Amino acid sequence: MNTIETHRLGKRYGRNWALRDCTLAIPGGRVVALIGPNGAGKTTLLQLAVGLTASTRGEITVLDGIAPGSPEALNGIAFVAQDTPLYKYLSVADTLHLVSSLVDTWDGPHARARLGALGIPLDRKVGRLSGGQQAQVALAVALARHPRLLVLDEPVAELDPLARHDFMSTLMEAVATDGISVVFSSHVLSELERVCDYLVLLSRGRVQIAEATDDLMATHRVLTGPVEQSDGVAQALSVVHERRAGRHTHLLVRTSNHLSVPPGWQDGPSNLEEIVLGYLRSPEASALAGPGSPTSDTAQAVWA
Amino acid sequence: MEIDKAIEGAADVSPIEFRLDPGSGVPTYLQIVQQVEQALRLGYLVAGDRLPKVREVVACLAINPNTVLKAYRELEHKGLAAGRPGQGTFIEGTLDVVPLKDQQALRRGLVRWMGEATKAGLDEEGIAALVASAFQDLRQTKAAKVS
Repeated sequence: MNTIETHRLGKRYGRNWALRDCTLAIPGGRVVALIGPNGAGKTTLLQLAVGLTASTRGEITVLDGIAPGSPEALNGIAFVAQDTPLYKYLSVADTLHLVSSLVDTWDGPHARARLGALGIPLDRKVGRLSGGQQAQVALAVALARHPRLLVLDEPVAELDPLARHDFMSTLMEAVATDGISVVFSSHVLSELERVCDYLVLLSRGRVQIAEATDDLMATHRVLTGPVEQSDGVAQALSVVHERRAGRHTHLLVRTSNHLSVPPGWQDGPSNLEEIVLGYLRSPEASALAGPGSPTSDTAQAVWA
Repeated sequence: MEIDKAIEGAADVSPIEFRLDPGSGVPTYLQIVQQVEQALRLGYLVAGDRLPKVREVVACLAINPNTVLKAYRELEHKGLAAGRPGQGTFIEGTLDVVPLKDQQALRRGLVRWMGEATKAGLDEEGIAALVASAFQDLRQTKAAKVS
């Protein structure tokens, strides 16, 4: 099952393309991080997926072929927009009551139990809660609809570290117990590794990475060696990014098979943050799951 | 001082709780595997103990449930734990602990070698770098034998 599938999707605002030629198949049952610099098209893609805006070009379907914004899609997807907008002058209880009247599927006891466990008073006005508590209210409302897919736009950007941790643990617990699929956008790289298992990197409106994080980690290595041999070694490999110093150089390399390192070179694993930064610095490189991925089958030819 | 207790109710308290070191460079699932092995070596875990439930670990560390499942699968693969449907994952095996006497002999050999390395002019960092690089050789030899 694919939660979000797009084919050459494009969205233009005035003369600017916010999203261009975006082809994706995001598998279900995953926690997907959608990352990229500001203005990369993250929010646009999420809004297209939840049906808040229409595409200029191309196709997009959700939850295995359903049109975004259709009644079936609206029922199956919950969306928490950026900065978790809520009505500040309503109490928490009134917020729950309001949403329960607006949606088809609603599990009130679920929401109240969740908020009770977090110690959030139901009679308090939403505007008088802390930022972390407001985010938890928005999340509880979204989860009480028992969605198949939960979409969140920058859910933790404004939260302090403790609130961020609590928010993510509530979210991960819901994934563990209800098996929902999650797609969230973020530009905090360091925390992704422990939370997401699939990564989509957008940059300048295009898809640069769309792959399971395990696969990304398994197929990227960092080779360090003397700078004068760099070109020769790089020629035989699919190099994503090179950081060259006076005497040595670091090559971030994408490879599908076991590398036998040339003498004098060190070979080590990379991490998600380094991989993502490498791709962001080399906008022409891409890592897309499935056939057609760049591999370096000839890697051993030079020094074998 | 506040003490976070994993679960209230003495009967169901998990014997261990995992912690993560994001700066270590070790993948999260492997950190969990290593902490179970370490707890086995130190006697915090014995056969028959239930490992923390996936939901508990996830809620405590804010990590992806698949990561915990992967760690528990790895422990099962190593024969250290076994899943019981509907109940959780339980410790089964024990680690082959090297007898204390042998450990002491190995340690004496290492200390002697470190003395020689110091005499040769290596400081602690130098020794650590040499050991790390020797480990890499050892792993490559092992990998070559396997393939």
